[in-house]
Amino acid sequence: MKDRIFEIISKYNGDSYRLMDILHDIQAVAGYIDHATIALLADKLPLSAAQIEETVSFYHFYSDKPLAKFNIYLNDSVTANMNGRKEVLAAFEAACGIKQGQVTSDGTLGLFPTSCIGMNDQEPAAIINDKVFTRLTPFRVKQIVNGLKHGLSLDDLVVEECGDGKNALPEINSMVCNNIRRKGALLNHDYKLFSVINDILPNTSSDEIIDIVSESNIRGRGGAGFPTGLKWKFGSRAKGEHRYIICNADEGEPGTFKDRVLLTEYPEMVFEGMVTAGYAVGADMGLLYLRYEYKYLLSYLNGVLESMRKNNYLGKNISGIEDFDFDIRIQLGAGAYICGEESALIESLEGKRGEPRDKPPFPVEKGYMNLPTVVNNVETLATVVKIIKNGADWFNKLGNKDSVGTKVLSISGDCRFPGIYEVEWGLKIGDVLDMCGADNVQAIQVGGPSGALIGEKDFHRELSYSDLPTGGSMIVFNKNRNLLTEVVLNFMNFFIEESCGTCSTCRNMPYVLREKLLKVINGRGVKQDIEDMTSWARLLNVSRCGLGQTAANPIVSSIKNFRPLYEALLNHEVEYDSGFNLETSVLESCKVVGRQPIFHHNA
Amino acid sequence: MEKKIIATTSLAGCFGCHMSILDIDERILDLIELVEFNKSPVDDIKTFTKPVDIGIIEGGCCNSENVEVLRSFRKNCKILISLGECAIMGGLPALRNGIPIEECLNEAYLNGPTVGLNTEHIMPCDDELPMLLDKVYPCHEIVKIDYYLPGCPPRADLIWDALVALLTGSELDLPYEVVKFD
Ligand SMILES: Cc1cc2nc3c(=O)[nH]c(=O)nc-3n(C[C@H](O)[C@H](O)[C@H](O)COP(=O)(O)O)c2cc1C
Ligand code: SF4
Repeated sequence: MKDRIFEIISKYNGDSYRLMDILHDIQAVAGYIDHATIALLADKLPLSAAQIEETVSFYHFYSDKPLAKFNIYLNDSVTANMNGRKEVLAAFEAACGIKQGQVTSDGTLGLFPTSCIGMNDQEPAAIINDKVFTRLTPFRVKQIVNGLKHGLSLDDLVVEECGDGKNALPEINSMVCNNIRRKGALLNHDYKLFSVINDILPNTSSDEIIDIVSESNIRGRGGAGFPTGLKWKFGSRAKGEHRYIICNADEGEPGTFKDRVLLTEYPEMVFEGMVTAGYAVGADMGLLYLRYEYKYLLSYLNGVLESMRKNNYLGKNISGIEDFDFDIRIQLGAGAYICGEESALIESLEGKRGEPRDKPPFPVEKGYMNLPTVVNNVETLATVVKIIKNGADWFNKLGNKDSVGTKVLSISGDCRFPGIYEVEWGLKIGDVLDMCGADNVQAIQVGGPSGALIGEKDFHRELSYSDLPTGGSMIVFNKNRNLLTEVVLNFMNFFIEESCGTCSTCRNMPYVLREKLLKVINGRGVKQDIEDMTSWARLLNVSRCGLGQTAANPIVSSIKNFRPLYEALLNHEVEYDSGFNLETSVLESCKVVGRQPIFHHNA
Repeated sequence: MEKKIIATTSLAGCFGCHMSILDIDERILDLIELVEFNKSPVDDIKTFTKPVDIGIIEGGCCNSENVEVLRSFRKNCKILISLGECAIMGGLPALRNGIPIEECLNEAYLNGPTVGLNTEHIMPCDDELPMLLDKVYPCHEIVKIDYYLPGCPPRADLIWDALVALLTGSELDLPYEVVKFD
């Protein structure tokens, strides 16, 4: 094993910035990364054992303990639970003979929960050794587990059904479905691939490209909505020996899956967008950060890059433009929502824990390797290609005044047609619901857990950066859903699980708020608890990044829009009830040390 | 104006918040013009000797004694303030929450790298000792808390401004710089 590890290290030239890849490779051959391995790595890399352990322990998909031959990661998102996750989990537990979180004694099967894997329109879904299995049923689970026990390969088990579009290509061979239900300016197949690189870049200066992007008024599609043209301008003006373009394909916000579909059906356009950005900003290297959950797309995407290199769409003097050298590498993540935050993503790209950086400086000044770096979302980059092709005016005619262009929505939950819809900004929520075939609607979550949970009185509102912004995630809940237990609690669990832990506010407050929520759900809540939750949530504003700053939104926005749900559960008779019981809370520790609890009731 | 009575205590904290109280420097002379300290480490009065107006709590609750002290503060003080991260959210001690208590105790007394002298593998179990709670609780999960002053520790200026606001009945201004995390 030692030799294998040395081989892996030299494959990456002993580059400590490639620690993520080194760890992925070791995990693949050894099954886990233990202390001995870490010591070995520390010996060979310019890193301390503690630094390596920091990285190993940070990510969901690295393990310091032996895992199983087949590791089943069952998605724990809201929609998975709405679509029968409980029964599917029970079926897995019965078929494997273990509980969630365990590995079978013969080491064949392991069963673990995982945060949203970007398959909300085809839940419940699980990842088994990098292969995605969607629309699971207890029957299907029995088949899969039996198959694995009897030596069938995952490929054998997947081929029973293939997904639509390019999911069926041999390079992908996945049962994942695109479910594209509405195409617009971006998704229409009216674009001849690489015509921007072929025809436009050679005749247009980089400043002109930035001008077109600025005039188009496009804003980032990844959530924060920063004007893309301005970001490119900053990046092009910042001083540095190299500049980098990063495509953010971490897509971790529960409920979004549009970047997955873009990468499956339109990867060339995404890469062409990166090349265009590279040309405009003066970068020589592009990095696409692909969330681990989408690893099944990796070799396909690398194939696309390879053929682009063959055609001089990547490499030296691209499209005959002198001194325009640009190449793209794909970096695989390892399971951490926070790595979607651009500075955490950059830390991760450098092989470290995905902890957001304090800002300023922003990545456009000091990003990857402390050099100027432009980070854009997958959809932003793909859209830019069409903007350059068709012009800023064309784009300005789409959408509304405040938010121009189109947005690719990922719609899931209680509707007849979950999937991908490209719409113009400015669409009313009521129309979104009609479009996806949602009846008997109680609420819709706009923009994922960090967005807003809204009800009927707001269905007249519009999707736009100033009214209801969204990175694309839209989850519908019908009137039979218990919003507090099924939705708000699940979202709070998600933030608690995914906080990077740097800020004490974000590490603790969501936990404290969840305790309050549970207190209300369990019938011990009083009116003051509601006031407390709303006022304490404000403290999260001081957190370093968007995760902490929005981590209370599930509670805050459900209190704002669905207050009666809370009030119905309150005890209105008393003013204060802590819910705390001293007698029971000391039992466990007394048992461990071997003493009888004694209480001084006069205290 | 009649002097208000103040009591303070440090539960599962590190005394850093109390240090921050002392960091109001010479303003402490102004403070004692306005207030009288009762039960507090500042003057070493151990038990309440009269009704108190403002109780200031540092630290959360990790054991039964913390709970008893906190409850006695609630009983004897008109207003209770959670001072600092640990009182408000459990803070550093709450890092043990989520780890089974048996694992914590084993690490502390049996398996940790510094337990060499504990050759008899004794777990502290004397009846005189406080009993550990199943997790570390922020104060408001035990008794009603009236005000919260954030920080780790809260800055002396914040403590000073808050006390003055409370004593004079004026509004407290909490600018972003005072509460920003880093
Ligand atoms: C917690 C958190 C998670 C994020 N996740 C993503 C993500 O998965 N994909 C994405 O493009 N942007 C994500 N962002 C936003 C990025 O930080 C960044 O703003 C974006 O990638 C910039 O690209 P754009 O301007 O094209 O939108 C996230 C931000 C935060 C705070
Ligand atoms: S807000 Fe949360 S996720 Fe963001 S840096 Fe702070 S602890 Fe990490």
